[in-house]
Amino acid sequence: MALAGLGLRRAAVSTLRLSLTTGSPSRRRAAHFTFQPDPEPTQYGQTQKMNLFQSITSALDNALSRDPTAVIFGEDVSFGGVFRCTVGLRDKFGKDRVFNTPLCEQGIVGFGIGIAVTGATAIAEIQFADYIYPAFDQIVNEAAKYRYRSGDLFNCGSLTIRAPWGCVGHGALYHSQSPEAFFAHCPGLKVVVPRGPIEAKGLLLSCIEDKNPCIFFEPKIMYRAAVEQVPVDPYCIPLSQAEVLQDGSDVTLVAWGTQVHVIKEVAVMAQEKLGVSCEIIDLKTILPWDVETVCKSVAKTGRLLITHEAPVTGGFASEISSTVQEECFLNLEAPITRVCGYDTPFPHIFEPFYIPDKWKCYDAVRKMINY
Amino acid sequence: MTREQGLQYYKTMQTIRRMELKADQLYKQKIIRGFCHLYDGQEACCVGLEAAINRTDHLITAYRAHGFTYTRGIPVREILAELTGRISGCAKGKGGSMHMYAKNFYGGNGIVGAQVPLGAGIALACKYFGKDEICVTLYGDGAANQGQIFETFNMAALWKLPCIFICENNRYGMGTSVERAAASTDYYKRGDFIPGLRVDGMDVLAVREATKFAADHCRAGKGPIVMELQTYRYHGHSMSDPGVSYRTREEIQEVRSKSDPITLLKDRMVNNNLASVEELKEIDVEVRKEIEDAAQFATTDPEPPLEELGNHIYYKEAPFEVRGPNQWTRYKSVG
Repeated sequence: MALAGLGLRRAAVSTLRLSLTTGSPSRRRAAHFTFQPDPEPTQYGQTQKMNLFQSITSALDNALSRDPTAVIFGEDVSFGGVFRCTVGLRDKFGKDRVFNTPLCEQGIVGFGIGIAVTGATAIAEIQFADYIYPAFDQIVNEAAKYRYRSGDLFNCGSLTIRAPWGCVGHGALYHSQSPEAFFAHCPGLKVVVPRGPIEAKGLLLSCIEDKNPCIFFEPKIMYRAAVEQVPVDPYCIPLSQAEVLQDGSDVTLVAWGTQVHVIKEVAVMAQEKLGVSCEIIDLKTILPWDVETVCKSVAKTGRLLITHEAPVTGGFASEISSTVQEECFLNLEAPITRVCGYDTPFPHIFEPFYIPDKWKCYDAVRKMINY
Repeated sequence: MTREQGLQYYKTMQTIRRMELKADQLYKQKIIRGFCHLYDGQEACCVGLEAAINRTDHLITAYRAHGFTYTRGIPVREILAELTGRISGCAKGKGGSMHMYAKNFYGGNGIVGAQVPLGAGIALACKYFGKDEICVTLYGDGAANQGQIFETFNMAALWKLPCIFICENNRYGMGTSVERAAASTDYYKRGDFIPGLRVDGMDVLAVREATKFAADHCRAGKGPIVMELQTYRYHGHSMSDPGVSYRTREEIQEVRSKSDPITLLKDRMVNNNLASVEELKEIDVEVRKEIEDAAQFATTDPEPPLEELGNHIYYKEAPFEVRGPNQWTRYKSVG
């Protein structure tokens, strides 16, 4: 990889990669969550052991194989990308289909909209979700509104934007952010966050096939750490459908991405230590989100805890909270609780304190039960 | 230029001029509301361009889009109906002045400069599909200073995309003259490593010939080219700008009398015995009638029903509910 001489930003990336790949086992054990693999799916044929980045590669490989108009572009993607998600794709599909762009996020997304508006399939990679902001205008003003403002004459529905997302242990301010709520405020977009390799492949293929511009955020802390038996053939997991991962009767826990694994642990702790039965929901799609599944659950349990890494104020938990309050007011036994990041920039050295870890979530469950 | 071509250019330019003046009138009558950017003065740009490219070629521009919408094939009545926000408007009344579309015409884009990377993407699709098509990507002298233009130049040149980048330099980015906004007003040179042409944007034939050259350049696989069309808008930037606080009335008058694109073409045709004054007057009468009919249509056509508010947010899937301002107001969204 041509990392030398590209300045500070690229240097930061390379450092991050380095520590990701060479992180000592003791550090990994210090992660704030334990990845809990999903069972091997049986309905999609043969499976193979893959980590998250390999399942993404597999999805992209499937997409390029069956859609001759599909192209992949982004910073360093032809070498495989900083997180190795596109390894081998250029060699397999050619450099006219998998190509590097300069460092210009706004240009990348606008360019992707242009490809998509002609009907071709555009899969853009933004190197980190933290770098997506220069493209904010293109995403919010151009991509999301193209269909609406043209009265459905034009759209860029075949655009998918992928970006590594969320905390990673040592990413600091600009390699750790979770910007889903910014985009959740924008009708016309779909925003998706998977919880592991199997889900990632199915959801990413759904995003690529979906007729609306989609943003697909990949929890980067799981790229290597999360390993599952992932089907080799293409398959789709529906968007805008949350999944109840565990039935429960006392508290509903809602999360997406990495946080799903945190609340799984919380549910175990709550059961063991408090005798509290938690219902676990992986929201998966942030926009348009599955109101029904969440509200149905809260109507049953009477309590709701929502947790995400992004800062609490204006985070997507507030939207869920508000909607559930409207829909389930008389069912609620305790105030809806949010356990989220602090309203600070994502801190470097304070990361362990910033993260809404299982202890904070457990404490919130305890308070809700005793309310 | 043949006689037929000349008459056609004349009629098209005159139609756009009259359409814009009608829009101005409808705006002042408060029948057209909101943002509205008029194109009168710049007619030679869109007409000359269209004369030099194919209908199968692609075009994308910014918010001063009425002229291009017309040259790309949308009738005046649908443009005016879009301006008045009526159901028969070319974007079903949902786009308005800045967002009009036609086949191979990607709008009509509201954010300054944001359409330029899209144009490069469209050009990539042309190249990728190997269809001998090009993309004409337009922006103004104001947008020329946006960072994403340079990102796009770089990508387009790097990948030799068949894209003509056209800077319509009408001398003012909103209320700021080019000299006060740009370190270099040689917009045709600002592609640096991309060849550039400076063209008299008031002369429809100059625009046509330059565009032909540029299109050949792109079709030959030589990559992008930049063209600066030096033009002028008679109206202010938008309807809220009277257009005389940052330039003098004399300046506008001078352009009108010395380099009006319609007058230039008219004189050229008459002096070369390609058409008579009477003949052109007849066209004027015809055009006026078409505009009046279109205006009549645009003011009587019904407004889109309220249900449209929730439509076209997402691809046609099962209808879903769009949440209103409170929990009791919901709209169905169907595609």
